[in-house]
Amino acid sequence: MTPSPSLRVCALYPDLMNIYADRGNLLVFERRCAWRGIGFELSASSLGDSLDGAAHDLYYIGGGQDRDQILCAEDLHEHKHLALHEAASRGAVVLGVCGGYQLLGGSYVLEGDTLAGVELLPLHTVREPAPRLTGNLAIEVLLDGSPRVLAGFENHGGRTHLDAGCEPLGRVLKGHGNDGRSGYEGARAGNVIGTYLHGPLLPKNAWFADWLIATALGVDHSELAPLDDSFERAAHESARRAAGLPAA
Amino acid sequence: MTVLLAPKLALARGAGALSRLRGGGATSLPGKLLVRMEPHAISALAARLRFGCTLISATNGKTTTAALAASVLERGGVSLVHNQAGANMAGGIASTLLAASRTRGRIDGELGLFEVDELWLDRLLAELRPRAVLLGNLFRDQLDRYGELDTIAERWSRALATPVGARVRLLCNADDPLVADLGRERGALYFGVEDDSLTLSRMAHAADAKHCRRCGSPYTFDAVYLGHLGHYRCDSCGQARPSPAVFATDVRLQGVRAARFRLHTPAGQAEVALALPGLYNVYNALAAAALCTALDVPLEQIVEGLRDTAAAFGRAETVTVAGRPAQILLIKNPAGANEVLRTLALEGGEHELLGVLNDRTADGHDVSWIWDADFELLAGRVRRAVCSGTRAAELALRLKYAGVEPGRIELVEDLPRALDIAAGGEREQPLYVLPTYTAMLALRELLVRRGEATSSWR
Repeated sequence: MTPSPSLRVCALYPDLMNIYADRGNLLVFERRCAWRGIGFELSASSLGDSLDGAAHDLYYIGGGQDRDQILCAEDLHEHKHLALHEAASRGAVVLGVCGGYQLLGGSYVLEGDTLAGVELLPLHTVREPAPRLTGNLAIEVLLDGSPRVLAGFENHGGRTHLDAGCEPLGRVLKGHGNDGRSGYEGARAGNVIGTYLHGPLLPKNAWFADWLIATALGVDHSELAPLDDSFERAAHESARRAAGLPAA
Repeated sequence: MTVLLAPKLALARGAGALSRLRGGGATSLPGKLLVRMEPHAISALAARLRFGCTLISATNGKTTTAALAASVLERGGVSLVHNQAGANMAGGIASTLLAASRTRGRIDGELGLFEVDELWLDRLLAELRPRAVLLGNLFRDQLDRYGELDTIAERWSRALATPVGARVRLLCNADDPLVADLGRERGALYFGVEDDSLTLSRMAHAADAKHCRRCGSPYTFDAVYLGHLGHYRCDSCGQARPSPAVFATDVRLQGVRAARFRLHTPAGQAEVALALPGLYNVYNALAAAALCTALDVPLEQIVEGLRDTAAAFGRAETVTVAGRPAQILLIKNPAGANEVLRTLALEGGEHELLGVLNDRTADGHDVSWIWDADFELLAGRVRRAVCSGTRAAELALRLKYAGVEPGRIELVEDLPRALDIAAGGEREQPLYVLPTYTAMLALRELLVRRGEATSSWR
C-alpha cells in the first residue's frame, strides 16, 4: 500500500491553545513528511469556525491559559463536537496535549465552573487547590505491543481521573502524570490520544511523531522511510536524563 | 526595632563576607539571612533612603532599563542604591540595602533603584513603599515558575490596589495591552513607540495578550512592533491603547550595535543615540526616560544618560574569546529571543553562533519555549552553530527543524570545549553567543578565569 499523497493536519485554536510552544509539534509533522516526500497540508479551525470531520487525517489541540480554555470549551461544544466524533469514528488521529487533553474528556471542573468536554475520552478532570503538577515527566507506553518511552515536561493544575475501562496512554516512570497518584499518564481510545506531555513533545520523541504520521495516513510504521535521527535521539536521551531515567 | 537591627546587619554582612571568601558570588545570601532574622529589614533599611525608592518590573529588560535609568540619575549627582547585579527577589534587594547600610541608622545612598522579579512585586511593594513603579511588559516566560500571564497581571493589579500601591506614581508601557490596562483610571504616565515603519507584517507566533483584559474580545491591532506590543483597540468594549506622554518616533535600528530615535517627552523632544541594539532596547530606553521624567529629570540629562549607557554583561556586551570578538546576547524566553534573532538578522552575511541552553532553576526547567522562538529568522543565514549546555541536543534539534542544515550544527554539551570550538571559526568575523541565564553566568565565569572578561559583581 502506498502512502496517501498528503498528511492533512488540522490545528484547533492554534491562536489560543499554543501556550507551551505547541507549534513545535506541528513543525515536526511538517518536516518529517517533507523529508520523506510526503505532502503536508495544515489548516486551522478557531473560535466560530466550522470543522470538517472528513477532511483531515490528524486533529491537534494544544494547551492554553484558563481564560482561553474556557472560550475553546464552549466553542468546541457548539461548533466542533460532531465533526470530532465523526473524525474519530473513521479512524483519524485526534491528539490533545495538556489543556487540549482535558477538553477531550467528559468534563473539566475549574474553580466552580464545569466545562463540558468533547467526550472522546472517558475521563474527567478537576482543578484542585493543591499545587500544580510540574516537572520533567517520562512514561512507558505500549502502542504496538513493545514498551517505549515518551519523555518531556508537564505543567497542569487539573487532576485527570480515568473512568472505569478507560485505557491510559502509559505508565508513569518519573513525574506526576494524570493526577499524581494513580501512576497513569494520558489516555487513549483508538486513535484518540491525550497526554500531559506538553508543548513540543514530538521533536524529542520522534518515534511517536512517526507512529502518529503512519497511523493518520493509515500505513504501517515500517513503510515510512527512515531518517537520520541523531539529533532527535540525542534530545530524547537528554529529556530522559532530565526526568531522572537512566540512558536507554 | 532599629536598636535590634544593628547586630543582625553585622551578622548577615559577616555571612556574606565568609561566602565570598569561599568563592561564592553571594549576591543574595546575606540578604536572605537578614530577612530570616528580621522579616521587615527591607522596610527598615529602605526607610533610610532620603528620596525613597523606585521599582522596575517586567518580563524582559529589567536589568537594562535599570542600568539606563541609573546612568541618567547618577549624571545628575543622585547617589543610588541599585541592585545592578540583577538579584531581584527579596534576598537580592535586602543584600543590596545591607551593603549600603551604615552605622547609626544611616545609609550610603539617597534613592533606591530596584529591579524586581515579577512574582515578588507585590511583596516588595509592601516592604519598599516606593514612590514610583515602572511596569515594562509581560511576555510568556518560564511557565513552570511564573504561571500564566493573566495570573501575574492579576497579582500586579491587586498590589496596586492596596493603600501602598494606590499611592505610587505608576509608569506603564502603553503598547503592552495587559500592562497598559493596569494604569487606567489612575493617571499613569505612559510610554510607547509611534513609528509605522516598524510595523511587522504579522504577529509573532508566540504573541500573548491578544484578547482584551476587560471583556475578552480579540483586540484589533493597527500596528504590531514586537511580540504583542503595538497599537491596539478593543472594538467590543472600546478600550484602546492610551496615548503615551513619552514616546519614540523615527526609530533607526543599526544592526547588533546601536539604535537611534527621536525622544518626545512633555518637556520637548531630542535625538537619542543608544549604544544598545534592537527595538527592545528602544523600549528599555523609553521606560528609563519615562521613569526619569516622572522624577523631574531635565530632558538633556536624560538624553546624555541614555547615550552613555554601555551594554551590561550578556546584554549585547562585546567580549574577546581567544582573540576573537564575540557578542553575548542573553536569550531566556520567546519574546526576548525573537528580538535578539531579529536584531541578528539585521546584520548581513552568514553568522557563526554558539547557543547555550541550560535548564537549571533560574533558566526554567522546561525548555519547551525554544520552539516558540523564531529561529527560522536565521535559517539559511547560519554558517555554523555550536550548541552547548545541559539541554544542548534540544537546541540543536530546534535549529534543524528551523531549517538550518544539520551539517552546520555541532553538538558539544561541555561549555569550555564548545567555547573553544566556536571561537576557532572565521577569526575576523564576530561570534554571536546566545546563552540562557545560568549559561551566561557560567560563560562569564569561564571568561573571567581565562582573563578575557573582568569581574564586575559588586
